[in-house]
Amino acid sequence: MAETMQFDLVSPERRLASLEAKAVRIPGAEGDMTAMPDHAPTITTLRPGILTVETASGSEEYLVTGGFAEIGAEGTTVLAEAAMPKAEVTQDYLNDLVARAREAQANAKPEMTDASAKLVADMLAAGSQMGITVN
Amino acid sequence: MPSLKDLKNRIESVKSTRKITKAMQMVAAAKLRRAQDAAEAARPYAERFNAVLSGLAASVGESDSAPRLLAGTGKSDVHLLVVMTSERGLCGGFNSSIVKLAKAHIEKLKGQGKTIKVMTVGKKGREQLRREYGDLLMAHVDLTEVKRIGYENAADISRDLLGRFDADEFDVATIFFNRFQSVISQVPTAQQIIPATFEAEEDAGAATLYDYEPDEEAILADLLPRGVATQVFTALLENAASEQGARMSAMDNATRNAGEMIDKLTIQFNRSRQAVITNELIEIISGAEAL
Repeated sequence: MAETMQFDLVSPERRLASLEAKAVRIPGAEGDMTAMPDHAPTITTLRPGILTVETASGSEEYLVTGGFAEIGAEGTTVLAEAAMPKAEVTQDYLNDLVARAREAQANAKPEMTDASAKLVADMLAAGSQMGITVN
Repeated sequence: MPSLKDLKNRIESVKSTRKITKAMQMVAAAKLRRAQDAAEAARPYAERFNAVLSGLAASVGESDSAPRLLAGTGKSDVHLLVVMTSERGLCGGFNSSIVKLAKAHIEKLKGQGKTIKVMTVGKKGREQLRREYGDLLMAHVDLTEVKRIGYENAADISRDLLGRFDADEFDVATIFFNRFQSVISQVPTAQQIIPATFEAEEDAGAATLYDYEPDEEAILADLLPRGVATQVFTALLENAASEQGARMSAMDNATRNAGEMIDKLTIQFNRSRQAVITNELIEIISGAEAL
């Protein structure tokens, strides 16, 4: 069994990471999942959260917001609408994200309120996971 | 026959024009590089996205419950044309070629008795379209303040589009932009984005069977709006690169023309100077002979 697989993290503006990974922990819409080499081909949407990539030399973490992940035979590709290395995330950035999510929640149509409330909650959870409290 | 002084002034003014066009050409060349890099960097995302989306669409597409963004509203009475042009001029036929394509489209749709609405991105296209189709213009996106086009700009435009689609303001949306091919060639392109269309890439057999989480339709409903934003973003980037390319070649031509004009004027200037000298000599000689 292969030890590693190709992992790509791309945002609309640029390719953030492209490396050999041992495992990737993805914040899927219906719960976290860990993809390892030879995982069954899967496509899942993302919720805002922390994406962890384990490589031979350690692990890297990224904050991602919506998008989707494609786990295939050749490797794993995460297409995130916005992604940023965890170390670079600042309080301001997160505040901004949450503010926008809250705004969307306020404007949401009745059938969408659940989804947008979940979005806000996910953002807050991601924040507290990183030790940033959003005010 | 212009006087020597006039000619000298003309030459000076053409020379300073040449300096300006030369500078603009260099600036455009630098910006073109950046715009091309940006377009290049955005390509992997757009490609993967479209691949996954078209795979999904193919498997869900036929069912009755397909999302409206994919299946459409069931009619095609109201067309929205999103015309993307530049904010600045002096870029050759860049804006005119997009507007020409859009106008041809408008006339064709009018002939079919459809209702047309136009949304403009970039003020140059708006100015050109206002003359003939002022009553069709319904929205305008101003990117004057934007130095570097980011995904956010595209997301804003697509949010606006989707809002209007949900409010049943139109049935079909098409974007018009210039696809960048090279510095000297940009191809005006019309692309339908709502309902979504995919360039059919038939690699039958190679398609992997994926597990979907949540189910296919939920993913599709989530991804289609993002797909619109991705397409708008790609178009914006292609357009930005094309604009700089068009400006670069336009300014290159202008610089060359100015050079030719300077040469011509200089020859004319030298000739008339020589004529003046010859004239003076004749006067002196005939004066001396008369003595």
